[in-house]
Amino acid sequence: MTALTGTGKLVRLILRRDRVLLPIWTLTFAGLMASIVASFQALFSTAAERQSYADASAADPGFTALYGPLHGSSLGELTVWRAGFYPVLIALIALLTVIRHTRTEEETGRRELLGATVVGRHAGMAAALGVTLAATLVLAALVAAALAGQGLPTGGSLAAGLQLAAAGWVFAAVGAVAAQLTSGAGSARGIAVGVLGGTWLLRVIGDVSGLSGGAVSWLSWLSPIGWAHKLRPFAGERWWVLLLVLALTALGAGVAVALEARRDVGAGLLPTRPGPATAAPGLRSPLALAWRLHRGLLAGWTAGFAVVGVVLGGSASSVADMVADNSNLEEIFTRMGGRTGIVDAYLVSVMGILGLMAAGYAIQATLRLRAEETGGRAEPLLATAVGRLQWAASHLVFSIFGSALALVAAGLTVWLTYGLSSGDLGHQLPRVLQGALVQVPAVWVLAAVAVALVGLAPRFAAVAWGALGLCVILVLVGAALRLDQWVMDLSPFTHLPRVPGAAVAATPLVLLLAVAVALGGAGLAGLRRRGIPAA
Amino acid sequence: MDETIRTEALVKNFGRTRALDGLDLVVHTGEVHGFLGPNGAGKTTTLRVLLGLLKADGGTARLLGGDPWSQATELHRRLAYVPGDVTLWPNLSGGEVIDLLGRLRGGLDPGRRKELLERFDLDPRKKGRAYSKGNRQKVALVAALASDVELLLLDEPTSGLDPLMEDVFRQVIRDERRRGRTVLLSSHILAEVEALCDRVTIIRDGRAVESGTLAELRHLTGVSIQAELTHPADGLARVPGVHDLQAQNGQVRFHVDPGALDAALRELTGAGVRSLVSQPPTLEELFLRHYDRAGAGADRAGAGTNQSEVAR
Repeated sequence: MTALTGTGKLVRLILRRDRVLLPIWTLTFAGLMASIVASFQALFSTAAERQSYADASAADPGFTALYGPLHGSSLGELTVWRAGFYPVLIALIALLTVIRHTRTEEETGRRELLGATVVGRHAGMAAALGVTLAATLVLAALVAAALAGQGLPTGGSLAAGLQLAAAGWVFAAVGAVAAQLTSGAGSARGIAVGVLGGTWLLRVIGDVSGLSGGAVSWLSWLSPIGWAHKLRPFAGERWWVLLLVLALTALGAGVAVALEARRDVGAGLLPTRPGPATAAPGLRSPLALAWRLHRGLLAGWTAGFAVVGVVLGGSASSVADMVADNSNLEEIFTRMGGRTGIVDAYLVSVMGILGLMAAGYAIQATLRLRAEETGGRAEPLLATAVGRLQWAASHLVFSIFGSALALVAAGLTVWLTYGLSSGDLGHQLPRVLQGALVQVPAVWVLAAVAVALVGLAPRFAAVAWGALGLCVILVLVGAALRLDQWVMDLSPFTHLPRVPGAAVAATPLVLLLAVAVALGGAGLAGLRRRGIPAA
Repeated sequence: MDETIRTEALVKNFGRTRALDGLDLVVHTGEVHGFLGPNGAGKTTTLRVLLGLLKADGGTARLLGGDPWSQATELHRRLAYVPGDVTLWPNLSGGEVIDLLGRLRGGLDPGRRKELLERFDLDPRKKGRAYSKGNRQKVALVAALASDVELLLLDEPTSGLDPLMEDVFRQVIRDERRRGRTVLLSSHILAEVEALCDRVTIIRDGRAVESGTLAELRHLTGVSIQAELTHPADGLARVPGVHDLQAQNGQVRFHVDPGALDAALRELTGAGVRSLVSQPPTLEELFLRHYDRAGAGADRAGAGTNQSEVAR
């Protein structure tokens, strides 16, 4: 079949380009699954404790929305349930991977370079799909091995792995179809992520409605993300669900191939809308340009924060009931959080998660500076009467205030859902908002790390993600591993007051701000001195 | 002010590689100055130093009477730049980019913008990602040319343009010169430089190897001569300044330095001249003289008479 000529070579090319990325995410998710088993084992010593935890969790709409339905109280069931958001993440990775190796290649013109060699029309897509599908299968094998290795039933362990692969397969195909539709990779990603969000929402509505024997519980059967849960690992596996997954994946891939056969290289099926012939009067400053470049990202993150706030805030009330029965859990929550009650401790940990997410946005927004530089778009701008600091500031406005805005958005939705469920709206507002806002100095420290790297060591700018990764790891495993305090102190989030619950201590916040200013200032000074683009 | 750009002994290192190795460049006000060199010779690095994007490691650079590094933003109001590899923001239309860059430079002439869009046949409504390389180049050109500035810095501005558009570009640059603007045109397209430029600097390995008007450079380089003779001109080979002599069936071809022309012609007339063709060196020849390191002689002999040989 000549349309597939050269697929093998392209597979090797993708493996070469993703030789770091592929192992990282497959191993990370397998490791995370394994760590959930371990933490549940540490948390509950008896089946009765597990049972009471499961009873409370299974009835909670917030948890059901976030993690999916909980079928029983066995260690395997709890583990799979707790990893209930992973299929969405794997689906996201799969669709991004496929689009990156298809539409992005076309958009940047690299596909054309390859297309002129002995490479068939569908070889690029076949290679991207092949690698992605194979990678999720490897992930499934790793997960199955990791779970079975900890003594869980083999069948269930395999299903738990295939559950992730199933989401990856369907959405790899969705990514392949989306990549055919638009000429820009950005809009293709938007379409595919939109489909993912829609199917996730179907699953959430269906499952939450199912809690009360609701009328629309069948909606989760319409959702490929729902199918992952319907596979029911450790809870009487329904293997035939995988046939649905295979059928839909094949259908998606078939549609993508048919669409690709009908279009020109570089073109999309949806028409590209023309833009304005002249710029709006307001587009006359670096800040106005940065707004055009950042507004989509900012809106997406803020909306995402609001949704996460709804989900996490909605669970706050039921946390107290759930923990009351379990002395072990209570101890852990108290150790993690504040002193004045389980709900406050829960809210503190929620705010900590939101803070880490906000730092992710702040780093992403800051690294736009570097992307503009390496993309060659900073050069024409800096050749006008725009100073370097002015240019940098136009982007940093978004990492500084955008991250704060996202935190406020999440704080408000946590307040609304928690306040409504506890019937205490007025009293909770300042407490919850305070909890969200104390995260800001720590978020800014990480943004400042990114600024410092961009200014002083531009080639290592991506190391900023490593700094965030370190903070995430310390939060996830630091308490469990009982790491030394000085190690914990490396993360700026360690120093934040435990709000709500504890008093807001000004000193650590001021110190964190000082660190952020110092790092950011050093980065900007470096940016002023170095060549652009940096060699 | 007579000189718009002056660099002296400019040095720029990237790690261990020396991109600029003592570059001297003078661009007079109101001239179109050709900046010639193949890829990697240091043209873009020079322009980036002149724009204050890169800091020189040695030597001095003056631009529009100021220091390009410390006074970058003030100087940039008075110049416009077209990068060699134009990338646009994917979600901005060409028209928006033109207006934005113009406004950031301190304003652009709407009439001139409209005229240039028509002359370059550019649709300003397309989004950045939808433009071809040539059209991205046009966006940057219109943005630069529609600005009211004293100096244009153009880095290989016609790469990606079709021959029709190259012609439009030449007309537009001639217009710019009539308006009294100074243009520094970096290029490796010799015909373009020959057609447009008053003066030329040839750069090789980060240093200027030749600089002057085309006439001056030609004078320095001498001419190539092809003659049909009645007798063999045996003395020709002994004349100092005659190179690449080829004699065959009463035909001689050679290259002669300016100072030796008289002596060479005397030898020829002594041998009886039936016909004589003399050709000034083309820019290609000047260029190749500096670049063809290995087989300079072979190329030089045929270069004046045969364009296709030069293209090798």
